[in-house]
Amino acid sequence: MPEIRVTPLGAGQDVGRSCILVSIAGKNVMLDCGMHMGFNDDRRFPDFSYITRNGRLTDFLDCVIISHFHLDHCGALPYFSEMVGYDGPIYMTHPTQAICPILLEDYRKIAVDKKGEANFFTSQMIKDCMKKVVAVHLHQTVQVDDELEIKAYYAGHVLGAAMFQIKVGSESVVYTGDYNMTPDRHLGAAWIDKCRPNLLITESTYATTIRDSKRCRERDFLKKVHEAVERGGKVLIPVFALGRAQELCILLETFWERMNLKAPIYFSTGLTEKANHYYKLFITWTNQKIRKTFVQRNMFEFKHIKAFDRAFADNPGPMVVFATPGMLHAGQSLQIFRKWAGNEKNMVIMPGYCVQGTVGHKILSGQRKLEMEGRQVLEVKMQVEYMSFSAHADAKGIMQLVGQAEPESVLLVHGEAKKMEFLKQKIEQEFRVNCYMPANGETVTLPTSPSIPVGISLGLLKREMAQGLLPDAKKPRLLHGTLIMKDSNFRLVSSEQALKELGLVEHQLRFTCRVHLHDPRKEQETAMRVYSHLKSMLKDHCVQHLPDGSVTVESILIQAAAHSEDPGTKVLLVSWTYQDEELGSYLTSLLKKGLPQAPS
Amino acid sequence: LKLCKYCLSGHPTLPCNVLKFKSTTIMLDCGLDMTSTLNFLPLPLVQRYELKECSGHVFVDSVPEFCLPETELIDLSTVDVILISNYHCMMALPYITEHTGFTGTVYATEPTVQIGRLLMEELVNFIERVPKAQSASLWKNKDIQRLLPSPLKDAVEVSTWRRCYTMQEVNSALSKIQLVGYSQKIELFGAVQVTPLSSGYALGSSNWIIQSHYEKVSYVSGSSLLTTHPQPMDQASLKNSDVLILTGLTQIPTANPDGMVGEFCSNLALTVRNGGNVLVPCYPSGVIYDLLECLYQYIDSAGLSNIPFYFISPVANSSLEFSQIFAEWLCHNKQTKVYLPEPPFPHAELIQTNKLKHYPSLHGDFSSDFRQPCVVFTGHPSLRFGDVVHFMELWGKSSLNTVIFTEPDFSYLEALAPYQPLAMKCIYCPIDTRLNFIQVSKLLKEVQPLHVVCPEQYTQPPPAQSHRMDLMVDCRGPRSSPCLSSVSPTETPVCFQLADALVPMEIKPGISLATVSAVLHTKDNKHVLQPPPRPAQPTGGKKRKRASDDIPDCKVLKPLLSGSIPVEQFVQTLEKHGFSDIKVEDTAKGHIVLLQEAETLIQIEEDSTHIICDNDEMLRVRLRDLVLKFLQKF
Repeated sequence: MPEIRVTPLGAGQDVGRSCILVSIAGKNVMLDCGMHMGFNDDRRFPDFSYITRNGRLTDFLDCVIISHFHLDHCGALPYFSEMVGYDGPIYMTHPTQAICPILLEDYRKIAVDKKGEANFFTSQMIKDCMKKVVAVHLHQTVQVDDELEIKAYYAGHVLGAAMFQIKVGSESVVYTGDYNMTPDRHLGAAWIDKCRPNLLITESTYATTIRDSKRCRERDFLKKVHEAVERGGKVLIPVFALGRAQELCILLETFWERMNLKAPIYFSTGLTEKANHYYKLFITWTNQKIRKTFVQRNMFEFKHIKAFDRAFADNPGPMVVFATPGMLHAGQSLQIFRKWAGNEKNMVIMPGYCVQGTVGHKILSGQRKLEMEGRQVLEVKMQVEYMSFSAHADAKGIMQLVGQAEPESVLLVHGEAKKMEFLKQKIEQEFRVNCYMPANGETVTLPTSPSIPVGISLGLLKREMAQGLLPDAKKPRLLHGTLIMKDSNFRLVSSEQALKELGLVEHQLRFTCRVHLHDPRKEQETAMRVYSHLKSMLKDHCVQHLPDGSVTVESILIQAAAHSEDPGTKVLLVSWTYQDEELGSYLTSLLKKGLPQAPS
Repeated sequence: LKLCKYCLSGHPTLPCNVLKFKSTTIMLDCGLDMTSTLNFLPLPLVQRYELKECSGHVFVDSVPEFCLPETELIDLSTVDVILISNYHCMMALPYITEHTGFTGTVYATEPTVQIGRLLMEELVNFIERVPKAQSASLWKNKDIQRLLPSPLKDAVEVSTWRRCYTMQEVNSALSKIQLVGYSQKIELFGAVQVTPLSSGYALGSSNWIIQSHYEKVSYVSGSSLLTTHPQPMDQASLKNSDVLILTGLTQIPTANPDGMVGEFCSNLALTVRNGGNVLVPCYPSGVIYDLLECLYQYIDSAGLSNIPFYFISPVANSSLEFSQIFAEWLCHNKQTKVYLPEPPFPHAELIQTNKLKHYPSLHGDFSSDFRQPCVVFTGHPSLRFGDVVHFMELWGKSSLNTVIFTEPDFSYLEALAPYQPLAMKCIYCPIDTRLNFIQVSKLLKEVQPLHVVCPEQYTQPPPAQSHRMDLMVDCRGPRSSPCLSSVSPTETPVCFQLADALVPMEIKPGISLATVSAVLHTKDNKHVLQPPPRPAQPTGGKKRKRASDDIPDCKVLKPLLSGSIPVEQFVQTLEKHGFSDIKVEDTAKGHIVLLQEAETLIQIEEDSTHIICDNDEMLRVRLRDLVLKFLQKF
């Protein structure tokens, strides 16, 4: 039995370290290759030894697909391809291919230079890894080999984020990566056609959340920032260099402009300018409004937002600082946080999801005394705010996508088990499809019934068409034919044609039944009575009385004859071929019951 | 394979073809022949007469008019889709999609649409900024036209020439376009699949594959094998075509584009060094990007760093900006630059360093910034409208200045005619990167199509060089004709979803048969066979039945039978199943088996069996099953 098998190596009932193995029609595809922000040991990377115990990954995997440039989706890629060893193709979109190596290099620097880790991938490995990348266009059908094809759809999560359809023959799987169903200030909404995959693998970060309107959230955010700045506080917004950062920059930029505010806004790390440059060059991936107006005014050229210098953190007076990384687990954002945490005038706004184990997660869950390195305890007096600006679909959005794609079954990844459970029930109820939520290392197996393309003779098809006036999707028709299998060539033809082609002669099987009727009248009158009786009984059939005295119902022949011994009895000879058996046998039983009394 | 191609444009580089294939009507490109404008006076020269003579040529003094694709040959409302191959080949789109009853979809890539929009916007702007009170029409009267000198006398179908469309019509036409990416498979009514492929000629330019399940037609239009800024041409996907339609070859087969670029640069440098100005009539997109890139590398070495370059067009800024954002449609080198991230085209740097300045028109800022000597890129290359007209008048009288023609679409001598006598130097450096005939024959050898269809013009050498037998498409191998038809296929694919339920039997070595009874679902022209639904179990609760419920549906078909019945074995089988008193009689054609006890008669012949019995259903079914044991079902 053909089947589709799915095993998450990461992101199974968890957020982070996305890595999902899919086997479909004999092809093996790895979806994403991420790292986990919450761990610093072996657990930060997926366990690739699961894929194949002994033997090369290249031989086992047909391709690797990266959905977008966030490290929890691509952070393990150089380790996977260069240190574990994989030489096959890696597919991603152009913006992802451009930005991915920069974030990987950034990640490597923090790990090696700041934390002094040994045995980490090197800059050269990142370069070598990127050489294996094949860039794909949106909606382009990429033929990985003769059978396996993939196609990217717009996902709207970050610049260049894509959903991927993986297709072999008539079987297909769609992997959403991370996506957003509502357009925001700089990106459009995710979109997919009604591709009816066998399985939809969707993220479920916000499986239980139904977010209020974006406008309210934005107003809230601006109000909080404004209040903090007014009272002379410093506002820290930890972000990842690319993604929400641009969204919030656009938001603050327009607000500052409108309110004519003077407090400085800074953006940390040298990445910023570069990052904004990527947005300018890949403007075709942003939303319609930005694309339309970019010639007059490029939204990614900010007037109020300046580059940050470490020394600025100690400047007196209010300021707003965007600093990386977004979960306060390392780097500049954490440094600034430590500096500012003690002052209740200050504020930190977490605009996105924080993985368990990060400082961001701790303060969001209400912890106010943090144990830092070297047993130091940091008391958090500053205001801590959480605003969901992550560009993930909420429960409504996920349901919307399931409705759009119309999958036969759904599999949830990239979310918390408890929340998944809720969404799973909702999907199963609403769409009446199976929904799975495997944990890491757990395999889900789905049987499939693959379609085989067969050549059908036009004659046979047209004959079937002729039965119904118009092809009607709601009223399928029965079709009979013979499948000729010669070598690997499959053809469906009418039975007559099959016989002819193989040089066989039809064998006709005919039945004739004698039905005795008590009727003293003449044969012709009996036949006439039979005719009018059948005519009244069989309204949908063609009943005819032929000149020679016989009666036909469709192709069934009924003749009346006198009984050789009993003149009061007539014998009806009902004759039909094997092909008309149902009707023939029905007629005999009908006639056996006798004819209605003739009107006297 | 059966397809019909109608050619609606006589201009092979501005094609407009209609293909009828698998009951879909597909228009391939919408080129607009603008050479008709050469018969008109340049726009700002306002006169009061319909016709005016200028140094021996007679021109129509009116708003210029364009020669449209043939719109009478086929009913445009029956066109299902229009496929656009590049932005030069969509200029007639508003004429086709507006006011003709066209209701279909247009497919094009994003760069094609964006730059095509800029070209149309520029054209509309050029024409509308100089309003003329009336357009001349008297000269179109056949009796008058007959008396006019050439080339007006010889212009054909002048009555169908049309004035330029409006921006409103452009927007409406463009709104009918659906964006596609390279290698995207687009289903048309489930009957055919179309796929754009990179053609290497311009940003987003594409060739198209049009295929059904058994046939493949390739439409190759405006392709280039040279390494310029666009993504290289995808040749591999053109293989195994039944038909290859070839249009849009180079218009200057004898000129080498690289040599022309060199000549362009040296002439430009020479003029400027002598204190003269250089005028380059050009389109606002396309080759100009390559020229600017060449100049970027050339100006420092040629000591031209202080010479200002001006790019004047209502869409100059947009064109320069748009060129930088189509990373995915660029050649590999340019893509790598974007990854750094740097702008793919060096004209960004020329603008930053103030060496290149762009203006929407020569009025306004330009007049105050303007310094001479300088180099001006501006349109329109026909020299009939746009800012170029002013520069021709301004600079035409001095032999220090030079006009360099790079666009191959217009004859430069005809373009210059109304400006004669002219003192300024004229250099003709046409740069046409489209396929030449040597490349075509290499391409055809490579992709091996069964048939090649191309415009008549390509099947003979150009009239001016009739001895150059190398300047034509060699179709001797494959057959070339405008309308093809051969045996139509007798099969169509159907998806088969009942592999589990089949019982195949081997009839002959290597050939197996299986009877199929399945439900045929037809949706979007796709056929799927699925297992038939199980007969509904009679519900116990419902006892009352109408008589008609019992009437069997005659559509439940029984298979055909084949084979023959060996009488001896048959009789043995009957005995085994408890029939006694069996008598066999020989007849002329076979045997009669008599079951005397049951008053039953079975006639067995080579290819038929007839069971004649009393009305005993049990008996009949038993006998039937015994007979069927010896026969094969189909």
